[in-house]
Amino acid sequence: MRPRSTSRALYELLSSMRFAISLLTVLGIASIIGTVVKQNEPYNNYLSQFGPFWFPVFEKLGLYSVYNSFWFLTILGFLVLSTSACIVRQTRPMLKDMRGFREHAQETSLASFAHHARIPLLLPRAEARDALLAYLQRAGFAVRCNERDKSVLLAAKQGSLTRVGYFLAHGAIVLICIGGLLDGNLPLKLRMALGGKQVTTGNQLISDIGPESRLGLDNWSFRGNVFIPEGKSANTAVVNVQDGILLQDLPFTVSLRKFHLEHYESGMPKRFASDIVLTDPATGQSIEKTIEVNKPFEFAGVMMYQASFEDGGSRMRMLAHDLRPGRGTSAKPLEAAVGDSLKLNSQGLDHSLELGSFRAFNIENMANDAAEPEGGTLTRLEKHLGSGARSPTRKDMQNVGPSIQFKLRDSAGQAREYQNFMQPILQDGAWYMLTGMRDSPSAPFRFMRIPMDGDGRPDSWFEIRSVLLDTSRHAELARRFTATALPASAASDVRGRLEETTRRTLELFALGGFDGLGKFIESTIPAGERDKAADVFIKILEGCAWEAWSLARSAAGAPAPTPSPAHARLLRDTLNATNDSLHYGAPVYIQLTGFDEVRATVLQVTRSPGKPIVYLGSLLLVLGVFAMLYIRERRLFILLKDSGEALVALGSNRKSMDVDERFEQHRDAIAALLTPPSRP
Amino acid sequence: MDIAHKDSPSLLRRLTPGDALFTLALIGGALFALRQYGGFMDIYDKAILLLTVPALAALGVTWKPFRLFLAVSAGLAVCSMTLYGGDLARAEQVFFLKYLISSQTAIMWMSALFFIATGAYLLGLAARSNFAEATGTALTWCAVTMGTTGLFVRWYESYLIGTDVGHIPISNLYEVFVLFSLITGLLYLYYEGIYATRRMGAFVLTVISAAVAFLLWYTFSREAHEIQPLIPALQSYWMKVHVPANFIGYGAFALAAMIGVADLLVRHGILVSRLPAAKVLEDVMYKAIAIGFAFFTIATILGALWAAEAWGTYWQWDPKETWAFIVWLNYATWLHIRLTKGLRGALLSWWAVIGLLVTAFAFVGVNMFLSGLHSYGSL
Repeated sequence: MRPRSTSRALYELLSSMRFAISLLTVLGIASIIGTVVKQNEPYNNYLSQFGPFWFPVFEKLGLYSVYNSFWFLTILGFLVLSTSACIVRQTRPMLKDMRGFREHAQETSLASFAHHARIPLLLPRAEARDALLAYLQRAGFAVRCNERDKSVLLAAKQGSLTRVGYFLAHGAIVLICIGGLLDGNLPLKLRMALGGKQVTTGNQLISDIGPESRLGLDNWSFRGNVFIPEGKSANTAVVNVQDGILLQDLPFTVSLRKFHLEHYESGMPKRFASDIVLTDPATGQSIEKTIEVNKPFEFAGVMMYQASFEDGGSRMRMLAHDLRPGRGTSAKPLEAAVGDSLKLNSQGLDHSLELGSFRAFNIENMANDAAEPEGGTLTRLEKHLGSGARSPTRKDMQNVGPSIQFKLRDSAGQAREYQNFMQPILQDGAWYMLTGMRDSPSAPFRFMRIPMDGDGRPDSWFEIRSVLLDTSRHAELARRFTATALPASAASDVRGRLEETTRRTLELFALGGFDGLGKFIESTIPAGERDKAADVFIKILEGCAWEAWSLARSAAGAPAPTPSPAHARLLRDTLNATNDSLHYGAPVYIQLTGFDEVRATVLQVTRSPGKPIVYLGSLLLVLGVFAMLYIRERRLFILLKDSGEALVALGSNRKSMDVDERFEQHRDAIAALLTPPSRP
Repeated sequence: MDIAHKDSPSLLRRLTPGDALFTLALIGGALFALRQYGGFMDIYDKAILLLTVPALAALGVTWKPFRLFLAVSAGLAVCSMTLYGGDLARAEQVFFLKYLISSQTAIMWMSALFFIATGAYLLGLAARSNFAEATGTALTWCAVTMGTTGLFVRWYESYLIGTDVGHIPISNLYEVFVLFSLITGLLYLYYEGIYATRRMGAFVLTVISAAVAFLLWYTFSREAHEIQPLIPALQSYWMKVHVPANFIGYGAFALAAMIGVADLLVRHGILVSRLPAAKVLEDVMYKAIAIGFAFFTIATILGALWAAEAWGTYWQWDPKETWAFIVWLNYATWLHIRLTKGLRGALLSWWAVIGLLVTAFAFVGVNMFLSGLHSYGSL
């Protein structure tokens, strides 16, 4: 058939099944793209991922926000169009079909049904008709009789509601798409284009942002975040748009009383909740409410959700221990809030401390990962029987206390990142202060373990280290060590040689740590004797550390240390940590001594006018799908002919096996009805 | 003979004393659960519990063997809970708990029984042995019974760990793999009864065995079977309806795909004498995809409602959501082709088989390869 015009042809195409199926397929494939490329990340991430050439290409293609891109919305638009056209096209024939009984069907057309049978009619027509009418009604059919010249047609139907299912399901798709469109960022884009709104950057005070980047109370569709520290309040939300932000005024003020953060024993988060107070500026009335995950709250037409939490400017008290050799031990108190940048420019330092984050507790697995004895298959199976609670690999989750993470930036702008724990942590049977360092944010932290002395303080380490690394004191240390190591009767040249070796060892260690010593050994000592030499050097270092400790203690007016296994361990740990400190990359060790934690909550606030439409659409979709799949439309025709024959035909909108069965049942039942009971 | 009454008898006429007993037991069980554990439920949890009664009763009335299955599973679970007596340590001390009906043991039994059932069905197919196939059916029933018991008991055990830890065991990849095996097994048993043929068992049980193999690997090499508490986003009654609905969908799609494989074999003249006719296979495939699609639609909508509450937006194109949408589109297209175009034949079977790959990616692949909000239970 030739289409009458272009628009007619277009309509035919849009409403065709082939077009709909192609559209569904294209939509499916298009959706995959957005799951492969991470969506709505900061633009810098994409730039580093794709490089400067592809970054703008992909940006033009909308790959960073596929589901809001022009082309994706176009496909969805076509889906709406196609579905609507399909509905329009089907409405008239379907309604006609639903209402009609087709009681004027001719015998020839009935005889062409896939399911039809001819049965002998042995009863008078009227009697047979009444019996069949009763039968059909019992079986749940609506019936219409068409009396003809020499015959009567009983046209029966059931399950016409399946056609309603069609309208419900397809109308639902249109509703859901429209609702979704209202809640997407299209209204925002329109507002920006028509209302002259511009995005601005996030690095400025909210009060500095002008009206061109503010959305008013009349905005009926938005999604933003509100950041509120404990004890503070807010009445604007931040809306993220591409690589900038807009501000959305809220019709109320929301203040945070307290943020609750609870954890399970395993360290998994258990509960995030915000105790908030909402104040209506018009009436001055306020209500208190707790919002938590899965328990949102609506106020003045705005839905509020617990989205996340951050630090709200917790204040940290710290000590900056000077680590530079030759400067003795000194610690300078510091105080800063999380997020602050602090200048460390006293005593010849030129660094800045950027306090990044604070954690009030850290739950770590402290179990000794001793290898479990491998059993046979049966033993392994046995271990996995029983309750689901048992843990075959023993875990020992412990809270190891607060920590801070910060960056130290030198005058050249180079920064390293550190993570310092406030409390000592038990490892391998001894207590240490842990401090981690990394050069780049993607690298894992490498930890230096500062040993705790008998008083449970790190002070001894600072003291010993400061003497060991101070070149001006090496001669004194060497002399003292030699005096202790050699008997008084030793010859003076032996004494001189040992003193010289000791001084040299200290010098090498202060310069390059164990590595420096190792290189020295490799370059000067034959391969066979290196192990022995290394032992000697270690003994010398340990002896010197001991002397350094005695010196430090006598300077502080404390009694000299006495030899004991615990002290020997302390000295070994001290040497290790001193060695590590040479690669620590910072002139100071920042010790966290106290804090006042302030948390902040991030609430998501939305106005989504499309939500009721989408929900209605969803309900209709479910009803429609079930009606279409599970209500079976059937038409049963029985033509009773005066010639003593009945023609039974069954039509169905679905071809499936149960139609065959059902036809046979009806045919047999009808045949029985049409046969007089008196017949032998 | 009055066929009309047999054709569409009223519900009451179809009820047997067994149905009445089953329904009464369900009501009793629900009331007992409300009385005993009502303190752990909010109003929605209670509503879901009460609505489960008519749903299960309807299922039991239309599918009679389901009644015995549920009764035995529940009975075993109650035995297990009694043996526990509120003390988790008894799992190690009581023989029947340790080796039969504690949650892990029951799930291990389920795994073993599914494997043996698969073997029995395969043997039946190869040797044309009705006895082997009947054994397969019996073993599959035992497997789903043990698995269901295992999940019930796991639910109870989670509360023994701590009342703040307790939750329905459908919250992570391990638990839903058990659920997937159960639902696929039950769906298969249903169609086996309706179509009165055991010849499809070898195919469907193969996909269940694959799931069980993954489950065992996940248990032994990743220790994934440990009960974990719920993160805040998952602490919601929505989980109780969203997840099961989803897995009726996944299970039905998996079943349809395996029937599709059988159908393709028959169409290529392989095993024709040993498998049901293509017409039957096609019909089962359609029924499975129809029920799967209907429940997957419900599940996706329930997921959207939950997302609106937990994340503040009913749809945000998170990878899991997007892949659910792709799965939905896939089967929507399948149904359009079959129902509207009236197409039959190998194309639909191929489509159902490929559909399983898409479904499997949405189910497991998204957790493995993509990151998003649904990333609980990574590998």
